[in-house]
Amino acid sequence: MRKSCCCKHKQAHLALWSCVANVPSHPQPSLSHSNMSESAKPHHLTPQGKGEKTHGSDFSYVGIDAILEQMRRKAMKQGFELNIMVVGQSGLGKSTLMNTLFKSKVSRKSVQPNPEERIPKTIEIKSISHDIEEKGVRMKLTVIDTPGFGDQINNENCWQPIMKFINDQYEAYLQEEVNINRKKRIPDSRVHCCIYFIPPTGHCLRPLDVEFMRRLSKVVNIVPVIAKADTLTLEERDDFKETIREELRANGIDVYPQKEFDEDADDRKINDKIREMIPFAVVGSDQEYQVNGKKILGRKTKWGTIEVENIAHCEFAYLRDLLIRTHMENIKDITGSIHYETYRVRRLNESNGHFVSRWGLSRRGELA
Amino acid sequence: MASTEIARQAGEGARAVPLAGHVGFDSMPDQLVNKSVNHGFCFNILCVGETGLGKSTLMDTLFNTKFEGEPTQHNQPGVTLKSNTYELQESNVRLKLTVVNTVGFGDQINKEDSYKSIVEFIDAQFEAYLQEELKIKRTLHSYHDTRIHACLYFIAPTGHSLKSLDLVTMKKLDSKVNIIPIVAKSDAISKSELAKFKIKITSELVSNGVQIYQFPTDDESVAEINSTMNSHLPFAVVGSTEEVKIGNKMVKARQYPWGTVQVENENHCDFVKLREMLIRVNMEDLREQTHTRHYELYRRCKLEEMGFKDTDPDSKPFSLQETYEAKRNEFMGELQKKEEEMRQMFVQRVKEKEAELKEAEKELHEKFDRLKKLHQDEKKKVEDKKKSLDDELNMFKQKKTAAELLHNQAQQAGGSTTLKRDKERKNV
Repeated sequence: MRKSCCCKHKQAHLALWSCVANVPSHPQPSLSHSNMSESAKPHHLTPQGKGEKTHGSDFSYVGIDAILEQMRRKAMKQGFELNIMVVGQSGLGKSTLMNTLFKSKVSRKSVQPNPEERIPKTIEIKSISHDIEEKGVRMKLTVIDTPGFGDQINNENCWQPIMKFINDQYEAYLQEEVNINRKKRIPDSRVHCCIYFIPPTGHCLRPLDVEFMRRLSKVVNIVPVIAKADTLTLEERDDFKETIREELRANGIDVYPQKEFDEDADDRKINDKIREMIPFAVVGSDQEYQVNGKKILGRKTKWGTIEVENIAHCEFAYLRDLLIRTHMENIKDITGSIHYETYRVRRLNESNGHFVSRWGLSRRGELA
Repeated sequence: MASTEIARQAGEGARAVPLAGHVGFDSMPDQLVNKSVNHGFCFNILCVGETGLGKSTLMDTLFNTKFEGEPTQHNQPGVTLKSNTYELQESNVRLKLTVVNTVGFGDQINKEDSYKSIVEFIDAQFEAYLQEELKIKRTLHSYHDTRIHACLYFIAPTGHSLKSLDLVTMKKLDSKVNIIPIVAKSDAISKSELAKFKIKITSELVSNGVQIYQFPTDDESVAEINSTMNSHLPFAVVGSTEEVKIGNKMVKARQYPWGTVQVENENHCDFVKLREMLIRVNMEDLREQTHTRHYELYRRCKLEEMGFKDTDPDSKPFSLQETYEAKRNEFMGELQKKEEEMRQMFVQRVKEKEAELKEAEKELHEKFDRLKKLHQDEKKKVEDKKKSLDDELNMFKQKKTAAELLHNQAQQAGGSTTLKRDKERKNV
């Protein structure tokens, strides 16, 4: 389909991500990225008054673009759903990062305060839902935590419970979709995005990481991040990232944003910039400190304060922008139309699916 | 080996959590809208009405473009539906508009089956979507949705009441599509008559249980305008693509010797209201209703017809697999039965043919025998005749030799007399 010229949103994205190119690896005056809620606002709907046209002398205006406003209203009324899974060894700061991302206590630890910090003997999958609202937009956020992953001595097949969980969500959605009496809006519990935490060793990916990402990149969108990145200097960080990217490429692991799902040249440009930066080196914190008179989230150490949202310090802001502000819809789209469809094809094929297609054909014969 | 322990606390236990700062997901509606803009929209309108009510003109007026070249031919025997697709663009919104017209509706002498082709058409669109949804490898994302989102029903401006054809057709269509009734060519009715006409129409629709599309009133921003518009149904419209100079502007209007009817003047007709409701306020809702209500109803009926159930009598949900297995066995059984039948029939036919052929062979043999016998009889007769002829010949020969002998004897005895006789004969 031909693209029309004015796509302000995409251009804004491009502007956002092209700032990246200007930040070299050496310390520079900080650019603050806190409030980037750009929006391509269509014109407001004005109900027609008495007879005359409201758009000046443009009497050939039909009003088709009012559908954008209608869609927006419908979306605001319905609310959104997002399911994020965090995977990584214990102690890598997964729960803290979740709290930092959504600026509230959404992590498992905040919900069920454990009397003692224990490492579970087996992998558990705990999912907690929250209703959050911002400027009239309601979202049901589900954070799925996987305590116990990678913590045993023998970690063989530790990805299996996770894969099973993801496939179970697809299965539940499929069952509801195939029902005769189905709900108006099928509740979406499919995992949209899986954030994988890589420990900041500074060398290379561990076999566990490679194995896990290789298997799961086929069923879910994986966003790898380097956890606790404040233990790496900037040069070490760049080297580490380069090594990781190389290893991902060598093993054929396709992390989000996947190259094959780029829709057009604009998308590819934006996503290429992102691909050059993954995995993001993040630092999480839910404590506020005073820096230069402002209260900001950070980690205070004896040698300085690491500002979480400062892109010269760490890449948390990029992660947040990617996940929430620019690519959230795209992530959900890829989950729904590609990963879910792949699962559905496989599932229908294995359970005498060929009968379904034959059934369809014979029905067409009946109808005709 | 790690095993699983799943603890789920979602769904009913979702807590409302306050945010300590700006997260940024308020851009979600924008992301959604922009995705849709890139993808494009599609909208399908069906115009049902008798010939000459101005359906094509109204479509032209609504969307400000000249859609069709020439008016359609009206010489088809039944009701046919013609559909045309157009790509419109306004600012950054691309719309794929499909306008379906009924040709020949109400033209027949016997109009009992007029609604059938319309219902079939609507069902065919639902069926196409259902088939696509049920495919194994499906591409719903790029599927061109042809389901009818809105049906504009054109009512003739008689001023009295609805025709029975209108009632019957609307009753058949109201569970399949969003019906918006409009009074066409309403410049033929005076204002007071129009008010009475509208009341009569609405009461007839209500008393016959026809469910027309009600503009939604659950969203506060549009509830007020929608509810006022609901009370103005059916809209009385006038369509025109010709422009007339009024004051110092060119407006769309119809010019009469006694005055000019301006299309976009709310005092003259309800065209502006129709455009407002159909396009600017409720287009998305029309699409949603079509998908969630009408299509789901169709799908449910179709699947139940096929024998699929959600739960069996013991109210245990059927698994996908079991249903398909059962269906498959049934299907295979039927197939086998059919095969058997066909085989039987085939064997039967072969036997019949064989018998026929045997008959024919026998006949031929008989004929052959008969002919042979005939031939032999004839031969015998001929031989008999030959024998008798031979006998005669022999007798004749005998007689001849006997005669000659006698002759010779006579000659010798009376040689002279024969000479004398010969001389006498010579002289005579």
